[in-house]
Amino acid sequence: MIRFLTRRRGSARADWTDWFARIYLVIGLLVMFGPVAWLALSSFKTQTALQEFPPSLLPMGQKQVALPGTERPLPVFLVPRPDGTAVERVMVRRVGLEGQFVDPADPDRRIERARLTAVTPVRELHFAIENYIEPLKQFNFARFLGNSLFVTIVSTAITLLINAMCAFALSKYEFRGRDGIFIFILSTLMIPITVVLVPAFLIVTGMGLGNSLWGVILPPAATPTGVFLLRQYMLTIPDELMDAARMDHASEWRLFWRIILPLAAPALAVLAIFSVVWRWNDFLWPLIVLNRQENFTLQLGLAAFQGELQTQWHYLLAMTVVTLLPVTLVFAFLQKYITTGIASSGMK
Amino acid sequence: MSALGRLIDAPFEAVQRAIGAARMPYVFVAPNLLVFGIFVAAPMILNVWYAVTGGIQLMPGERPYVGASNFAELLDCDTFGVIASCRQDRFWRAVANTAWFVAFQVVGLVAVSLVTALILNRRMPWRGFFRAVFFYPVLLSPVVVALIWKWVLQPDGVLNALIVAGGGARVPFLLDPSWAFSWTVVISIWAHMGFYTLILLAGLQAIPADLYEAAEMDGTAHGRVFWRITLPLLMPNMVVVLVLGLIRAVQSFDEIFVLTGGGPGTATQYIVQYIYETAFANQTHILGLAAAASILVGGVLMVLTLLQLAATAWSKGGGVGR
Repeated sequence: MIRFLTRRRGSARADWTDWFARIYLVIGLLVMFGPVAWLALSSFKTQTALQEFPPSLLPMGQKQVALPGTERPLPVFLVPRPDGTAVERVMVRRVGLEGQFVDPADPDRRIERARLTAVTPVRELHFAIENYIEPLKQFNFARFLGNSLFVTIVSTAITLLINAMCAFALSKYEFRGRDGIFIFILSTLMIPITVVLVPAFLIVTGMGLGNSLWGVILPPAATPTGVFLLRQYMLTIPDELMDAARMDHASEWRLFWRIILPLAAPALAVLAIFSVVWRWNDFLWPLIVLNRQENFTLQLGLAAFQGELQTQWHYLLAMTVVTLLPVTLVFAFLQKYITTGIASSGMK
Repeated sequence: MSALGRLIDAPFEAVQRAIGAARMPYVFVAPNLLVFGIFVAAPMILNVWYAVTGGIQLMPGERPYVGASNFAELLDCDTFGVIASCRQDRFWRAVANTAWFVAFQVVGLVAVSLVTALILNRRMPWRGFFRAVFFYPVLLSPVVVALIWKWVLQPDGVLNALIVAGGGARVPFLLDPSWAFSWTVVISIWAHMGFYTLILLAGLQAIPADLYEAAEMDGTAHGRVFWRITLPLLMPNMVVVLVLGLIRAVQSFDEIFVLTGGGPGTATQYIVQYIYETAFANQTHILGLAAAASILVGGVLMVLTLLQLAATAWSKGGGVGR
């Protein structure tokens, strides 16, 4: 970072564009990552720590010490001494405006008294892991998580299979209506879901898929961008490979499954990454199809939860982190494929 | 693998024996076309039927034909240009909000994406890292985006803490109509700019380096190089960004819906939210009105798409050579 900030292009002096670029990138880093990092840090704060204003940067909590013979850990305070210094003491009891403190190192536990207004709590780094565990146990978040995983995995598998089949036919065969089919598929790119919301809902309900995860999985399974991407890639696979296999009396399905599909693995991988991100993040369509809580995906659960339980930010923040974690991991490891995939196909 | 493979092979080989190898391509395209037909093409046609029928029934057969009256209701205003005088004032409020939103969002989006792409196109260390930084929010779900910003913007949030630390007074960002509107624009740009930056970056990297070298040898000024070389050659990508940005801005819904719910009041209620609420969320589901509104939106999107095609043809034909 330092090297980057002080680096100069060639031997020339850094001109104003260099400085502008550096400042822009640093601000960009703060603006793009800052809010996410802030959310992640906040998700480890306790409910009381979240209500502090101004908030502390790191998740802090009051230091607690378990004394032998006491049931629960006791809070630690800084108690001022007459000579102006202060020492750490454990509060064992509170009487009115006064607290009774003991020295945790003192085996006799001689009680010192101090006014509560005079002492200050000792704070230390404290990660409130319970923010993550409680909503998974108490609320339906484990269920939402399971639903989201099911939708994402099944939907991606179906998308890969049927889009690859379609792309295979469009790229490797001459048949009547081929170009018409290709144009029809590409033209569906122009029909956003928002325009066909009402009748798509009717059809899904009519097929008995209302309120079912299959109603979320099937409609977006055929993606024009997926067909396009795979077709373009399969066009680059030489047909001679198929001709050789045909000599051995391989069926057409076998050509697809055994020869073309393995060779199209790089394109399939790009589509798989996109499909996972799309389906994991879907909101509007599941919002319409699913209206019973037990079928909610994580996104719907989170949205419903934030409407109902505005005061429970500690749970809400933790569950938001759970929701963004898979996508973040996918991105961290597969960043290169995603960015080149977008650059080459212009899809999102 | 092989056992499973044989299990999958068998039915397709049986089909091939039955219909012959020449018809197999149709079998391969069938599943995809079926899904498209049922969930995209059929809804397109049904949507028109919904738009010309009334009532609250879901089944198309039970809905009485009302002609163009849904469209008439949407477009009916006593005084032209005065939203409060319209029968569906919520529709017109949403249209006006969307228009303002699109204007600010698209201009901001193109500007920010262009500057970012130009900077990321410079020779520098950590380029891949910074490209990833700007792209990361694109992958976040709208719900997550909304919650991240809700947490930052809340009255006791970190942004207000910074303002107070700097000597200012707390701002109720999401409770004040104009602040809330501005933030929906900013957040929408934040969430989507990475995608458009990548498209522009791909365009910038396709510009031949010798053009810049020639300009440098001639001692051409930075600004002149940008206006005479970079921008004209980037035009095709700029057009894509502009039109894709427009089309998606018109359809903005999810992150804003979760962030503000359309409020305060109706300050951030946009057109897709109107369609969603009219059809699904309000107590009576007025499907006809929602379908009519969605057809109007679809028409606007169609015009925008055609504009894109025309502009692409123009920028390829005459934009570069001049």
